[in-house]
Amino acid sequence: MLTRPAVITALTQQFAGLTVSEFRGDTRLVAPREQAFAVLEQLKFAHGFDLLVDVTCVDYLNAREATDRFGLVYLLANTVENDRLTVRVFLNEPELTVPSMVPLWEGANWLEREVYDMFGITFAGHPDLRRILLPDEFAAYPLRKDYPLRGRGERHNFPVLRRDQA
Amino acid sequence: MPLSLATLDPADIQKSQQDYLWTINFGPQHPATHTTLRIVLKLDGERVVDAIPDIGYLHSGFEKLGEQLDYNQYVTVTDRMNYISPMANNVAWHCAVEKLCGLELTPRCKYIRTIICELARISDHLLCVGAMGLDTGAFTYFLYAFYQREVIYDIFETLCGARFTNSYTRVGGLFYDITPLVVEKIRKFVQDFPAAFRDMERLLNRNLIFVDRTKGVGLLSKEEANNRGATGPIARASGVTRDLRKDAPYLAYNDFDFQVVCATAGDCFARYYVRMEEMLQSLRIVEQAIENIPAGPINVDIGERKNLPDKREVYQTIEGVITHFEMVMWNRGFEVPVEEVYCATEAPNGELGFYVVGDGSNVAYRARCRPPSFIHFAMFPYLIKGHTLSDVVAVLGSLNIIAAELDR
Repeated sequence: MLTRPAVITALTQQFAGLTVSEFRGDTRLVAPREQAFAVLEQLKFAHGFDLLVDVTCVDYLNAREATDRFGLVYLLANTVENDRLTVRVFLNEPELTVPSMVPLWEGANWLEREVYDMFGITFAGHPDLRRILLPDEFAAYPLRKDYPLRGRGERHNFPVLRRDQA
Repeated sequence: MPLSLATLDPADIQKSQQDYLWTINFGPQHPATHTTLRIVLKLDGERVVDAIPDIGYLHSGFEKLGEQLDYNQYVTVTDRMNYISPMANNVAWHCAVEKLCGLELTPRCKYIRTIICELARISDHLLCVGAMGLDTGAFTYFLYAFYQREVIYDIFETLCGARFTNSYTRVGGLFYDITPLVVEKIRKFVQDFPAAFRDMERLLNRNLIFVDRTKGVGLLSKEEANNRGATGPIARASGVTRDLRKDAPYLAYNDFDFQVVCATAGDCFARYYVRMEEMLQSLRIVEQAIENIPAGPINVDIGERKNLPDKREVYQTIEGVITHFEMVMWNRGFEVPVEEVYCATEAPNGELGFYVVGDGSNVAYRARCRPPSFIHFAMFPYLIKGHTLSDVVAVLGSLNIIAAELDR
């Protein structure tokens, strides 16, 4: 098994489009959208990152120093060697689709559903991509930065049931 | 609006549409869910053919709130995530913020945080095993567990004035220092708890009804635990030897002698047992920590400009006045780097981490919580399929699903 710098070197040699950064001891890999699945697959099967800790997303609308709209975050951990790695995938409208990681980790199922629910990013090949926390009638993606904080919410999308109909 | 089926396998869909199957609505209000979550169960007689979790009843936009409240205000929201062990959430949130800012805590603060984290762990595990006992018919056990939780609540009340929603930590420090009275109460708890623990063990560990209902139920293998993202006691009950307190020591965990509790069976009983033994290990940590709290300040130096200085400093030194002014003005002070970090802690329920994106201001750009309950509840259909209806409560109890953390 390779140490973290060796894993990074091996990966950057294998995949051309990767960029690496470091902050407070955490290593972050930025992978192009097309290579995301292959990079994670390689990390899981060749480098022992067997635990998908979290999948989440950040909306960089109007953020300082940001060039892309959405940044997906895959947090990986190696439970044997006790190591961590963050893989970032940046997305821009209208191409908001990434391959689903459910074939690699079953645990990605609900995490990706949550990202879909909150940010509207679709995961190609996901077995069951539905809203998870919000009701199905909800039309917006509330964790996007352009979702307003004030207002009457989404109640106009919901069917009104009167007592005699219930 | 028809309920959409979450079943993955087309063959399963066909099977679950066969009309001899019963559909039972478990929740959202059910005494055994303990919190607000709903499971649609498809039953063949008493056998669970399919379970469709339906969550989101308690969704309150905590992550959106994290983008509006500043780093110290948001701690009140983390209290309400896993309200069974709010102290652990407080610490997890501020560990992430401090990692973002690059703050090094004072030794005294580290020790106090370690103590409250471990007390929170005992309190959380007591609820989990207590509720699991209650659901499987051991009411006395539940009362024993809750009596001890009450003692811990008393300790927290003496420590910070709040029983449930503690909001005890601040960026770079704590709200209050620990007082001799609290130390005395914790010492008494450390002294009294083993006896109560022995009583609890005797009630349930060899109780035939309980063992029959939990052994071999809800099996989770080591490979599946990793595949499905299990962490904490649930992963350790399946043979994963991962504990962030040992593997990536944070706070003062390096200073203490304790063991990581593991089991290999991976069933409900193993999860119960791991939690029970972890309480003893936590008690060991508290016992060692409470006698060795280092002297010194609880907050980082005021030069860091991260927390409100002591009132004495505000009134008597110019740096104190300036720092206080900078901190209370909404548009000044408190600068964080434009960076993002993920910081994980070993919460009672599993790996609780926060992914914090700083944008330079005193409000996080994104405050993502990695909720262990959410990830553990995702494997519930996998664990329950093929078991009977009465096993649903045993599996739910062993996973310790806290709906407020599940939905956030």
